Amino acid sequence: MKYIDEFRNLDIAEKLYRLIDEEAKDLRQVNFMEVCGTHTMAVERFGIRRLLPENVKLISGPGCPVCVTPKDYIDKAIALTAIDDIIVFSFGDMLKVPGTNSSLLKQRPSGKVKVVYSAMDAAMFAENNKDKRIVFLGIGFETTVPTVAASIKYAKKKKLKNFFVYSGHKIMPPAMKLLARDKHVNIKGFLCPAHVSAIIGVKSYNEISRKYNIPCVIAGFEPLDILQSILMLVRQVRSKKAKVENQYNRVVKASGNIRALRLIEEVFSIKDSEWRGIGVIPKSGLILSKRYADFDIENNINLQEPKTSVDKGCICGSVLKGIKTPLDCRLFFKKCNPNNPYGACMVSSEGTCAAYYRYRK
Amino acid sequence: MCLAIPMKVLKINGDRATVSSGGIQRTIGINFLKGPKIGDYVIVHAGFAIEKLDTVKAEETLKILEELQ
Repeated sequence: MKYIDEFRNLDIAEKLYRLIDEEAKDLRQVNFMEVCGTHTMAVERFGIRRLLPENVKLISGPGCPVCVTPKDYIDKAIALTAIDDIIVFSFGDMLKVPGTNSSLLKQRPSGKVKVVYSAMDAAMFAENNKDKRIVFLGIGFETTVPTVAASIKYAKKKKLKNFFVYSGHKIMPPAMKLLARDKHVNIKGFLCPAHVSAIIGVKSYNEISRKYNIPCVIAGFEPLDILQSILMLVRQVRSKKAKVENQYNRVVKASGNIRALRLIEEVFSIKDSEWRGIGVIPKSGLILSKRYADFDIENNINLQEPKTSVDKGCICGSVLKGIKTPLDCRLFFKKCNPNNPYGACMVSSEGTCAAYYRYRK
Repeated sequence: MCLAIPMKVLKINGDRATVSSGGIQRTIGINFLKGPKIGDYVIVHAGFAIEKLDTVKAEETLKILEELQ
């Protein structure tokens, strides 16, 4: 496919591996974090982690939105399916995530859970089925947020009274700042997400690189993009400089996508948010703004706090912070696998554990 | 979840456009784009184009990759 295949050229990949090898030769061990789950998938799929020199370690970050959604969100979403006139709409990735007693997948045969490709599909379903209340599970980072915002704006324009969003949306930079400060992780460079950056722009990482003295390179999702970005990070480390570079400049602009950002600002407000396995990160979540509060399911239904159980033995939290890898987990592969996932990192196709399982078994 | 693929714009109708890639066609929202045109490549995610793909910059990146020593 155009603008995909060109960025998978093997000869150039080999050259990039050689250059990374040569230029990293005299460096002490450096940890670079690929923040985004889509990067984690690509890194495992193309075997990049294992082909890098030993002193260049690529560690996975918390950028899989399904993985960092707290269990009580799932429990509440499941509770919503028990209400007579409600149908829950979700992206497919969320379905298998285990709640305390069930999952959305298990509720699906009841017809109360539907999978959609776009939040707009849910809004349009609401428009055509006014006797039902439609709740869309808003999960995702800045890439996805504007698409959900657009569906909410559409619902307001059409004066829909039966379309709601249950927002579990999160934003990336606050989590990166938290990790930048974490001595255990000891990050020497960030491979910044491709499509989150398409929305928020190059400038969003200035503070991270300046304040924490950490090189940042915005990387596309194809193997040559990732390898070139790693080389750029190695070069920054060598030159003892920390700046923001944009490898993915065919898509990402300095200020991001202004129209999308304006829409996010109109429809959502920032709040503190809990990340599964990590805890509450200040100002890292999004709820519907006052102007759109009528479309927030939490303002319309008083959902009881579910009795959510803690995952025993699961180390997803440390995996999400890059402190441990799935190989450090005693559940991994044996008790915990895609057919019987314990933690969210194994459930989502973009979770670090799922990526390790799929490409290393 | 942030996967999004470059698709070519075939038809524009107000805020919606028909796009294609690898033989697949889809109708998507183009609300977030400034002045999209037929023939543009756009990055498609969850039913919307989230940004245009700058084909000149793409060729530049490929050239840099080829010339890297």
